[in-house]
Amino acid sequence: MDFPLFHLDFFGNRLLIATIAILHVLVNHALAVGFLPLVVLLEYLGFRKRRTDPGLAATWDDVVRRIMLVGFIITTTVGAMTGVGIWLSASLVNPASLGSLIRVFYGAWFTEWIIFILEVVFIMIYFLTWRKAGESETAKVRHIRFGTALVIFSWLTMAIIVGILAFMMDTGSWTADKTFISGFVNPLYLPQLLFRTPLAMMMGGAFALLLLAFFARRTPDARRPLVSFTSLWLLVWTPMGAVGAAYYYLFIPDAMVGNLPTAVGTMAFMDWHSSLLTVILVAVLLSVIIALWGFLAPRRLPGVVMALPIIVLMVFLGSFERIREFIRKPYVIGDYMYANGLRMADYPLYRRDGLLAHATYVDTPAVTADNTVAAGRNVFMLACSRCHTVRGVNSVITKFKDMSSDGRTLDPAAMKSYIPKMHNVWFYMPPFPGTAAELDALVDYIIHMDKHADESLPGAQDEGVAVAHEEVARTDENRRGEGGAP
Amino acid sequence: MNPALILLSGTPVPRDIPLPLPLPEWLLVALLVVSFLLHILFVNLMLGGSVLTLWAEIKGLADTRYDRLAQEIAQTITVNKSLAVVLGVAPLLSINVLYTVHFYSANALTGDFWVGIVPLVMAAFLLLYAHKYAWDKFAGRKKQHIALVAAAVVLLLFVPLIFLTNVNLMHFPEEWGRVSGFFSAMFLANVLPRYLHFLAASLAVTGLFLFGYMRRAGYGLGEKLPGFGRGEVLRKWYGLAFWTTVLQLLVLGPLNLLTLPWNSVTWDSAGLLLAGAGVALAAMALLWLDLRGPDEFLGRNFGWVALALTIAVLFMGSGRQAYRAVTLAPHRAEMAARTERQIQLSRAAWQDYERQMGVTALEVAVVEKLGWYARRQIVRAFQFEGAVIDLTFDLDANTVRFTYEEANLPAERIFERLEELNLRVVRPVPSGEETTAKTEPVPKAVIP
Ligand code: HEC
Repeated sequence: MDFPLFHLDFFGNRLLIATIAILHVLVNHALAVGFLPLVVLLEYLGFRKRRTDPGLAATWDDVVRRIMLVGFIITTTVGAMTGVGIWLSASLVNPASLGSLIRVFYGAWFTEWIIFILEVVFIMIYFLTWRKAGESETAKVRHIRFGTALVIFSWLTMAIIVGILAFMMDTGSWTADKTFISGFVNPLYLPQLLFRTPLAMMMGGAFALLLLAFFARRTPDARRPLVSFTSLWLLVWTPMGAVGAAYYYLFIPDAMVGNLPTAVGTMAFMDWHSSLLTVILVAVLLSVIIALWGFLAPRRLPGVVMALPIIVLMVFLGSFERIREFIRKPYVIGDYMYANGLRMADYPLYRRDGLLAHATYVDTPAVTADNTVAAGRNVFMLACSRCHTVRGVNSVITKFKDMSSDGRTLDPAAMKSYIPKMHNVWFYMPPFPGTAAELDALVDYIIHMDKHADESLPGAQDEGVAVAHEEVARTDENRRGEGGAP
Repeated sequence: MNPALILLSGTPVPRDIPLPLPLPEWLLVALLVVSFLLHILFVNLMLGGSVLTLWAEIKGLADTRYDRLAQEIAQTITVNKSLAVVLGVAPLLSINVLYTVHFYSANALTGDFWVGIVPLVMAAFLLLYAHKYAWDKFAGRKKQHIALVAAAVVLLLFVPLIFLTNVNLMHFPEEWGRVSGFFSAMFLANVLPRYLHFLAASLAVTGLFLFGYMRRAGYGLGEKLPGFGRGEVLRKWYGLAFWTTVLQLLVLGPLNLLTLPWNSVTWDSAGLLLAGAGVALAAMALLWLDLRGPDEFLGRNFGWVALALTIAVLFMGSGRQAYRAVTLAPHRAEMAARTERQIQLSRAAWQDYERQMGVTALEVAVVEKLGWYARRQIVRAFQFEGAVIDLTFDLDANTVRFTYEEANLPAERIFERLEELNLRVVRPVPSGEETTAKTEPVPKAVIP
């Protein structure tokens, strides 16, 4: 409503954020949170061998340093930039919600930032002084202590971020209180943290296993104990991960299923929920088998198999991340703002006067007989484009076609009766915010775009925006729709 | 701009986010100015370091001493670049929260380039790492090795333009309806002068940094850079800082000031900027004295020079913020007024809707203290109840206020649900009129 709208009609706006966020979560969990403690531990174990077997200790230390180099480079490039990227992309795709979230979470993000600085400083000191620390025993001890501090800070950054994620899933008492602490400490916080910590540790172990397949290839003496220990690490954390997952699995439906607002939503949730059990079982079993193999017979564990756990665990994490789709429902901030960036409290106004009448960047403040396509395009931008494209990923044309009997035609009457009910059908869609005239215009626009395959829907970044004047005459036609519950 | 002109000129007046700022505004502004300066310091070092590495390595093709020098500079970049990124978060947060609408609008209007920052910077960093860690592997293929850092430099030179374009565009709401795409916004007045100002500052800051870094007793310049005299190297860095700053003071600074739209340059902002320039001039005088002296005394004024430049930069940063505040003030006032109007309109529409749906308010007093846990329980019990539209707490009165559709959820159900949570509620005494008893005006029962 109040921001020029960036739009990617091919790739889709949601996919843009998802790509960046998933990459970030993977790097954060697998590398920062899970991998670092293992590396520090491995360094320490190598250090303890310096008296009994100095030769092995030296190769051991070198292999560990080299896998750390990979972790270091990935976290300080992909990890750091995707972290910033979540902000940059969210400010484009959903400026109203990010703007609102920042007002609530400034404190959390600021604290996160301080810890993040320390984390970056420590990771640099830790990695860049590795070689020099090998020169004396006291230096090495100090180095390992540094590593330990680094481990703590990495975990803390996750502990804070999980609070923000949990908030977005379930606003707890925030909508009533609107205070920082009530937003932050909400009912999903602990289950999330309990689950993510061991999972991150498992992923760290799995990632180390993958790296050892490359970096320890030429040093069989070091490879054997390193693989064996890393497998043990995976073996120890897997049961805890399983418990965390089970807790989550049992806790979530109890809190959620009865409450999902529609039958379809509940069914989709139950499907997901039963598939989750399979995913948990497969991931846990596979981790255990490979870890046992690596622990008992590290020499015979082939490199290809060492790459398996990290792949399985990514699927595992991915399936859990989906829970947010169900729980968040149509909101970005529960009971306060919908995923289209419109506040719930403004719905009666938009439904009475029209969405366009209150929009800042439209060239059609009211629907008239000769502007339906242009007006419909603006309605689409405001009400649908945050999640749908016209022709690309999650295309609205395709969605409507799929609903028709032959899967190829658009039926305006059916579309007009579907849209006002869409929030009951697909529970993650917000209710349609406009008037009856705007609904007609939207349908006209979608049909027009289907007929004119050469027309595209550019975003503000391509074509700029048109500026509407405030309080432009609102025609009676626009007042046709009645007020309704949001 | 004159407020009366805002509406006439096709300037959009969007509504602001209707939530309060998380901290007092002056504190957020202070955080923005200071954290931004810290961030830009390391950005300067990252960019300046990369450019100088490229320069030295190219020179090193003919004179191998310079290849060593390039490698020494390269060591500093990867550290500075990590700090540059992490220190960027706080100013980003602060500008997001202080100027939400202005900043995000500029972001959206240049959106593809704005997210492009992520892959571009990531690529630059990976190139810099490859360049640093594969120095020996590329020993026989110097040109390819130089290409790695050259590519990183090109990327790092481009990215600041994206930021500057955004920060510039956010100051001119009257342009939002006119720009189309990144480049049209980039060519608005003042972006390119600011860019040159930034480039020169990067070289100056890096010169000063390398001077301090290599001058340290612990650095061991003699062993690390064989073939170079100590004074020879240090004078290069000092000279670089000196000449780029002189260029800044004589040409780029004035150019920058002159291309600002004059109607928003007040004595405050101009005064701060000029004071900054004055202090920088003094710093240059000290530096010049140092440079003229013999090698043994080289750097005796270094501490003062660094201090004076820090002060100069603080002045400049504050002047810039003062300018921003003035430029945006009328537009922000318009926005605040519109936001307020919108809230009123929105409330009125709710009331219409409430009349239609029989929405009523109910204030329930509770015996138990409404601590955090109890409040959480209550919200959880009602958050998926469609008939409850709003739920707020009054902690002083220890009451819960429900706004709900009486037709779909009788008040008695609300009381029962609260009791299921083991809370003792104080039921209003039924009065004659059955329905209005529970609606406004709400009876405030006294806790026994
Ligand atoms: C919050 C994001 C969001 C918004 C806003 C949104 N949708 Fe959807 N919509 C979805 C998702 C997610 C799906 C399901 C996609 C899938 O997995 O098939 C969907 C599905 C659909 C479908 C197919 C439904 C079915 O039964 O198969 C239609 C039609 C549709 N949307 C139309 C619209 C229209 C029209 C608008 C704007 C008025 C809109 N949507 C707004 C997210 C959204």
